[in-house]
Amino acid sequence: MGELKLMKGNEAIGEAAIRAGVDAYFGYPITPQSEVIEYLTSEKPEERTGMVILQAESELAAINMVYGAAGSGKKVMTSSSSPGVSLKMEGISYMAGAELPCVVLNVVRGGPGLGTIQPSQADYFQAVKGGGHGDYRMVVLAPASVQEMADFVKLGFELAFKYRNPVMMLSDGVIGQMMEKVELGEQIPRWTEEEIIRKNPWATTGKKGRERNIITSLDLDPARQEQHNHKLQKKYRQMEEEEVRFEKFECDDAEYLFVAYGSSSRIAQKAVKIAREKGHKVGLLRPITLFPYPAKEIQSMLGQLKGILSLELSAGQMVEDIKLAVEGKVPVDHYGRMGGIIFSPAEIVEVFEEKFIGG
Amino acid sequence: MKEENITTQDIIAEENLVYKKTRLMTDKVLSYCPGCGHGTAHRIIMEVIDEMGLEEKTIGIAPVGCSVLAYEFMNIDMQQAAHGRAPALATGIKRTWPEKVVFTYQGDGDLAAIGTAETIHACNRGENFLIVFINNGIYGMTGGQMAPTTLEGMKSSTTPYGRNTKLMGNPLKMTELVAELPGTYFVTRQAVHTPANVRKTKKAIKMAIKNQLEDKGGLNFVEIVSNCNSGWKMTPTDANQWMVDNMFPFFPLGDIKVDGKKVKKD
Repeated sequence: MGELKLMKGNEAIGEAAIRAGVDAYFGYPITPQSEVIEYLTSEKPEERTGMVILQAESELAAINMVYGAAGSGKKVMTSSSSPGVSLKMEGISYMAGAELPCVVLNVVRGGPGLGTIQPSQADYFQAVKGGGHGDYRMVVLAPASVQEMADFVKLGFELAFKYRNPVMMLSDGVIGQMMEKVELGEQIPRWTEEEIIRKNPWATTGKKGRERNIITSLDLDPARQEQHNHKLQKKYRQMEEEEVRFEKFECDDAEYLFVAYGSSSRIAQKAVKIAREKGHKVGLLRPITLFPYPAKEIQSMLGQLKGILSLELSAGQMVEDIKLAVEGKVPVDHYGRMGGIIFSPAEIVEVFEEKFIGG
Repeated sequence: MKEENITTQDIIAEENLVYKKTRLMTDKVLSYCPGCGHGTAHRIIMEVIDEMGLEEKTIGIAPVGCSVLAYEFMNIDMQQAAHGRAPALATGIKRTWPEKVVFTYQGDGDLAAIGTAETIHACNRGENFLIVFINNGIYGMTGGQMAPTTLEGMKSSTTPYGRNTKLMGNPLKMTELVAELPGTYFVTRQAVHTPANVRKTKKAIKMAIKNQLEDKGGLNFVEIVSNCNSGWKMTPTDANQWMVDNMFPFFPLGDIKVDGKKVKKD
């Protein structure tokens, strides 16, 4: 068993990044995730592993520092919260176009605009459907615990380099701020120059013993640009084949299904328990990857289901992906809270009975 | 040898060769307008990289603007940045690869409008890379719109009656501005319209890269005042003359900061 610590979700991200052998973190403070860079700077990672930490002048600059270092083959990450992630969308689109790996953490807060600093899940569309311009996708991981905050850093980089594509961790203010027990992985050494060149032969590391490498998202030739887009789409289809992750609770005999990710799934789990005590056969599906979405898993359960309730801290965003999967075969409804308010398990059960059981 | 006796064979003979194609430029035909300064600026940088033996450890950043395709012409490892973000990319590369040589190549719109924050903060942090700043007072690629460096009264497609500074603000002297920051080590303004100026610019680029290799503790910033005959709607010769008569008085050539110290003007 690895080292056990009691940590905030945001702190766990910082520690996991150092231990995953990440080369650099570039960020800009914003509530509720500033503990990530605060933890990192306090840990002196330049002494522990040689990791670079830099507070940039803006989220725009931070994501573009990530672009530069990632383009030169380094493991780089950044983190922010909703308004800051909107600013990073330009860079994320460019990185998807230029096929650069990185991990971006969004500790989501309520919006739109400056909104609130309280937790929310209203950035689902932005993360999953491509918040930046152009046809692109990211693998989106939704941690539901401090443990997963730590674990998904390493997983995120594995996927980012496997696909040469940005990976987003879509967390929220609950997971970022709460403290839980976390088991930390062993220290992985940072890649050496020789390893970087061998693993990432595409990276701009200096034109030594090979033709030059170019990192760009630009191609003015329509035929080649379309071809490039086809190549990207093929990658996203491969993600859909190989990277779907989810977890199920009490689903074997379920007649009704709750679908919830991240912090909502923790509350929904308790709601399942209460509903079952009241005699309702309810199960929970927790998508761990929001892109690719576990649509096939939902489809495979349709024969046994009388209804699906999507539970999100938003006006209803993921519910659209459930409806796409269900194709009208089973009633699908949504319940959510906004503005930083979180639903309670009892509240969920009440809404469920109202919507699906009646009177 | 008398002039009438020179044959083609004499001209191409090795011993008579006075100029050859820069080794680190690709064979791709330049996309720049005939008469534009970009090609010369590209060549100078590649000559310096070649002469200093830095081909295998140099990473360049191309901007958005006329030189967006600089990576097609410079035969080294290159990255292409979003508009204005080149200094952020360079920061990311240089911080994680401190032993590499890193430079950005940016126009006035890229560096002094949309990328002002990235420029100022990279300079202020004293990032150890080179910024080459091409200033032609206009947005060339998008068709000749006003730039942050467009002179007062100067016509462009968005200032068809001349830049009115009351409505459109004043031309920005970015180079003087960054020279004030403690993070810059070498700041100079050059041009490439005559052989003498080309030599001076090349010397400046060489000095900037030498400073970077020796990690003098600051950013090196080389502005090149250039023409834009297409955007200015002039012949190349007229554009160069117009540049001398109008651009140079407002953007005077010469070193502004050397070895971390401001140069005293007489």
